[in-house]
Amino acid sequence: MAQVQVRSDALDARLAGFDLPKGGFSGAARQAALLRLNKMGLPGRRDEYWRYTDPKLLNSDTPLASTALRVEAPIFTGKDKLRLVFVDGVFDAEASDAAALSGVEITRLAQADAQDIHWAGAVYGVLEQAGQSAVPRPFAALNTAAAKDGLLIRVTGRVSKPLHISYRQKSNSSDAMLHHCIKVEEGADLTLLETGIAGARSNIVMEVDVAKGGKLHHIRPQGRSHGKQLITHIFARLAEDALFKSFTLSMNGILTRNEAVIEFTGDDAVAHVAGAAVGDGDFHHDDTVFITHDAERCESRQVFKKVLKNGAVGVFQGKILVKPGAQKTDGYQISQSLLLDEDSQFLAKPELEIYADDVVCSHGSTSGAIDEGALFYLLSRGVTIRDAESLLVLAFLAEAIAEIEDAALAEDIRARMEDWLHRHESPKG
Amino acid sequence: MLKIKNLHVKLEEEDKAILKGVDLTVEAGSVHAIMGPNGSGKSTLSYVLAGKGGYEVTDGSAELEGVDLLEMEPEARAAAGLFLAFQYPVEIPGVGNMTFLRTAVNAQRKARGEDELSAGEFLKLIREKAKALNIDAEMMKRPVNVGFSGGEKKRNEILQMAMLEPKMCILDETDSGLDVDAMKLVAEGVNALRAAGRSFLVITHYQRLLDHIKPDFVHIMADGRIVKSGGPELALEVEQNGYADILAEVA
Repeated sequence: MAQVQVRSDALDARLAGFDLPKGGFSGAARQAALLRLNKMGLPGRRDEYWRYTDPKLLNSDTPLASTALRVEAPIFTGKDKLRLVFVDGVFDAEASDAAALSGVEITRLAQADAQDIHWAGAVYGVLEQAGQSAVPRPFAALNTAAAKDGLLIRVTGRVSKPLHISYRQKSNSSDAMLHHCIKVEEGADLTLLETGIAGARSNIVMEVDVAKGGKLHHIRPQGRSHGKQLITHIFARLAEDALFKSFTLSMNGILTRNEAVIEFTGDDAVAHVAGAAVGDGDFHHDDTVFITHDAERCESRQVFKKVLKNGAVGVFQGKILVKPGAQKTDGYQISQSLLLDEDSQFLAKPELEIYADDVVCSHGSTSGAIDEGALFYLLSRGVTIRDAESLLVLAFLAEAIAEIEDAALAEDIRARMEDWLHRHESPKG
Repeated sequence: MLKIKNLHVKLEEEDKAILKGVDLTVEAGSVHAIMGPNGSGKSTLSYVLAGKGGYEVTDGSAELEGVDLLEMEPEARAAAGLFLAFQYPVEIPGVGNMTFLRTAVNAQRKARGEDELSAGEFLKLIREKAKALNIDAEMMKRPVNVGFSGGEKKRNEILQMAMLEPKMCILDETDSGLDVDAMKLVAEGVNALRAAGRSFLVITHYQRLLDHIKPDFVHIMADGRIVKSGGPELALEVEQNGYADILAEVA
């Protein structure tokens, strides 16, 4: 009981700062989320899914100050896109393009309660709630209850250019909370880019509902700052023949936890989640993935790669759950770390739970150093030690980056990674 | 070109001497062959010259055009003009063959104070050289040596040699794992590179390769030393009588 009491006090403190929105299309969902949250409380190190990641910085009522770096050059500049900007977690209409694009309807969450957005009521907090069933995700419930801004995006056709959600941080103490809902209607198709740092601390939830034959490609370079505290959740539900591919690039950051919760509800759907993370020094990066196969012949892939040095810590918790009757499931999961020194750590917990008898599921997890044989081969051809290491690190990350279908976007991600490597190369170079 | 004097080498991790006083001088423009039974130290000699880790030089010296090789990092040795064609070329998943070669060529040019090749110049050059070695564009796009057959790997080594234009080429059992046709192709590639300013050290078990790459001198290595040197006829003697006779004779 003492434990429960402590948790509830902490939660009260955490909630005290929020002026919780009420009423409107999301009112009921917010109330329900608050009830859920009160039941589960804030997480602690004893919780099964928080054993490797200390939630302290996410639990505290105020964020740790974090300097907003403005050092990164814009990415994806070669692509024509529709840009929507959030500054410290608040939509900035001035800096954004007009939200008019054929095949997509965009509404700001902060203004949605005044309108009657029928479809969003069936998504907001609904997918998040469904994703709470096996594993509690308190920060997602908190987000549903308290998020004031975000985007409601309904995709009705094949959209001609990517939608770009661009986060900017100006304040060193901003505590951003954003909630996006994306509904991809039957046969519709969108590429969504999500870039930058939303706040000193950010809690971002994205609920993705893909109808029959719909496609969503999601590419997310999360921005580089050392002090950022970030927790994100993707809740995706895929109908028949739907496709969802999500790639995340993470560089630096004292605490990042990216959760992806994906459920196949229709047959023959495809979901790939991939991530490349690189950390030097005070870096803690956690990918927590839960994929539920509840339909036949669906394909899921998880490809996560982390490059760690100078005491950086990487965590991977990935699960594939194949429900009874989900025959011909094709599940694949790989998590690998490249440890550039002996101070860094990689903690992996791959899980498979299978209740169907005609499935193919494979998983693997490895930790290793740079291959000395390959390194010598490169050096013996005159490649400098800096270039050789960078080639081998990029080669290690290549399988994750290969999950990005668009070659130009993949190249931008690769180039950003290469920049980081050159800035963080070992002194011996 | 290459001057090796009284070279003694042991394994770093165990107290085991591999080279026990190798003396060898390779003049500019000449082709030397080293033959010898398994375990005689031939491959170790090539690795030590190229700068592979795990070996400790306990005595002696090795110079390339008067410059101490043993003090240099492997990449500096390459830039100075040394090239080792590996007995077992390393597979590097995720690194494109083309990217790798371009990085290597330009790193060497830069180290020598020359201008780097532009993408266009590089492409033109490599197409021409690859064609002569029967290496198609598809092979160039693949990751370094990944999924290559034994013959493809060895041809790829010779392509790298042709692109890097080294002064001192060491071929470590380049004939191993090759069928007769592939060996001919590789040998033609090597012969095309023979030039006044370029020397070769060809390490092999068999005389066969030396039918195609004709050496000026042949050395027999045994137990970490060169025990006998002579002309091309020495290779024929090995082919006919094996190593036992020669070893007995010098013992």
